Amino acid sequence: MDAGKPMVVVDDLHVVYRVFGAGGDRGTAATALLRILGRKTRGSIREVHAIRGVSFVAYRGDAVGVIGRNGSGKSTLLRAVAGLLPAERGNVYTDGEAALLGVNAALLDDLTGERNVVLGCLAMGMTKKETKEKYPGIVEFSGVGDFVDLPMKAYSSGMGSRLRFAIAASKSQDILLVDEALATGDAEFRVKSHARIEELRQDAGTVFLVAHNLEEVEQTCNRVIWLERGQIVTQGENVIEIIDRYIDASGGAPVERDPVTGKRVHARVPLKA
Amino acid sequence: MSNDRRLSAPGRLADEDHGAENAGILTAYMPDEPLAEFALAHGLRVAAERPPIGPYLKNLWQRRHFIMAFATARNIAMYTEARLGQLWQVLTPLLNAGVYFLVFGELLHISRGIPNYLDFLVTGVFVFNFTSRAFITTSTVITESLPLIRALHFPRAALPLAYVMIELEQMLLSLVVLAVILVCTGEPITWYWLLAIPALLLQTIFCVGCGLATARLGSNVNDFSQLLPFLTRTWLYVSGVIFQISTLDIGRKYAALLQINPAALYITLMREALLATQRESQPGAQPFNKLKCEAWHLTPAKHLDWSAYCAPITNPGHYWYYAIAWALLAIVVGFYFFWRAEAQYGRG
Repeated sequence: MDAGKPMVVVDDLHVVYRVFGAGGDRGTAATALLRILGRKTRGSIREVHAIRGVSFVAYRGDAVGVIGRNGSGKSTLLRAVAGLLPAERGNVYTDGEAALLGVNAALLDDLTGERNVVLGCLAMGMTKKETKEKYPGIVEFSGVGDFVDLPMKAYSSGMGSRLRFAIAASKSQDILLVDEALATGDAEFRVKSHARIEELRQDAGTVFLVAHNLEEVEQTCNRVIWLERGQIVTQGENVIEIIDRYIDASGGAPVERDPVTGKRVHARVPLKA
Repeated sequence: MSNDRRLSAPGRLADEDHGAENAGILTAYMPDEPLAEFALAHGLRVAAERPPIGPYLKNLWQRRHFIMAFATARNIAMYTEARLGQLWQVLTPLLNAGVYFLVFGELLHISRGIPNYLDFLVTGVFVFNFTSRAFITTSTVITESLPLIRALHFPRAALPLAYVMIELEQMLLSLVVLAVILVCTGEPITWYWLLAIPALLLQTIFCVGCGLATARLGSNVNDFSQLLPFLTRTWLYVSGVIFQISTLDIGRKYAALLQINPAALYITLMREALLATQRESQPGAQPFNKLKCEAWHLTPAKHLDWSAYCAPITNPGHYWYYAIAWALLAIVVGFYFFWRAEAQYGRG
């Protein structure tokens, strides 16, 4: 396998969300009319510039951690790389299909887990036969058990995200984007999903991981991108250094590290066997 | 091969302060050439790019099971909250027909001049409902499915297609209800009934085309889905659902225009397929007879069938051609229009 081959190239990417119904006026018919008469058309529309000029290259075999505060654009960046959000300016180039695993990858809430599994598989382009074959494995992996017959709105948030993770992780992809997918799972599920990500990473070539749990990033990633307000603060292969600086900048307590290996003294994330 | 990574080049920085502070530890491996050229040189493709029509259609065909599964699932979800459940699929068309019959047939007596008015009306309502529901539901399909769009890759045209399939399923059930009503009201079962199949097929193609177009329109202009119910209601009244277009006092030219509008066409084709009374009383069914025609215009209730002696407003032999033309026009324009914006649908 050609390790130096670029898999994802992000070139001066800008992503803008357009939000309708932002505050401003009192939201009555009269204010709406005044707005139109005053030629301030679509006054209640607001633009949120979520990603502003991000550029980087990721190569085959990379596991890239994306860190940053809430609202810094991490999830948006991943969605754009997955080709699910159109770019306002700039471009995302990828080699092959990218799959996004995320907590927000909501499927259809009023349908049963079973139907969601089938729909998810079919939407990802599996045939009916493949879907049938993968179904037991997906349900087993998710660990939702009997709840698979209930509509997903009856699930706890942890169960929901486990099922979503199981669906999305059932297909190996060239580029894998993991967005906080492990955050809501319990300890057992984390171990399982870690192993699955590792497996997928072997097949995939390039993995992106968004996590607020920095230990997870340290363990999984060989590169880090630190985002702040939609821009890259810094990126590089010195993962531990960048994470320590990020913790420092966000006012967290410094991490005790083994001076030789740089590993955490009190590791909380289950280590790979 | 990994030596083409350069460890010393600075990455893109958020601001100058950070840059000065971090320059020492930055290890971003950026190529020297512009990134766009670099990406294309290594055979990478734009992630959110719209695929060409050919591969897109192939992709769409590949997802046909998804379309059907999605349609069935939505259909089930639609009625899970109601105690009667799926029974509503049959009750809805029945109640619809009942309301129109009560208001227009019994209270307002517009049934004058149309033999077997109940069948005429119910057929019209069911066929028109398919068209109008296809328009209304697809106008919100993109906003309703935003979580799905933002989670998974699939050709987005699958969504409006699935919504039209839901309405088609509803229409098929309505046709079963209709068949029962027809038999109960004394309409004969004839070979003409088979013509309902191509009529429904053409109407479905037309609805898919229009559904694709309204899905795109509704995806970024929210006002559109607010306006749509008014448009479809106007359409209902000008398409001869509750009365014969030929009885309108608007002049032959305009009446002909109303008659070849797609909603009226598909209704007329379905009526002529299923209702013997319609085939026999359709203007032009008998040789033109001025006296009998005028008699029908003056006192339609006394001479129900004599509308057949009037001259048709357009040549009924051409209805099928118009129906085919509308279906093709809608599907080609609608698909192209939807596909043009394929990469834009994830945006909120």
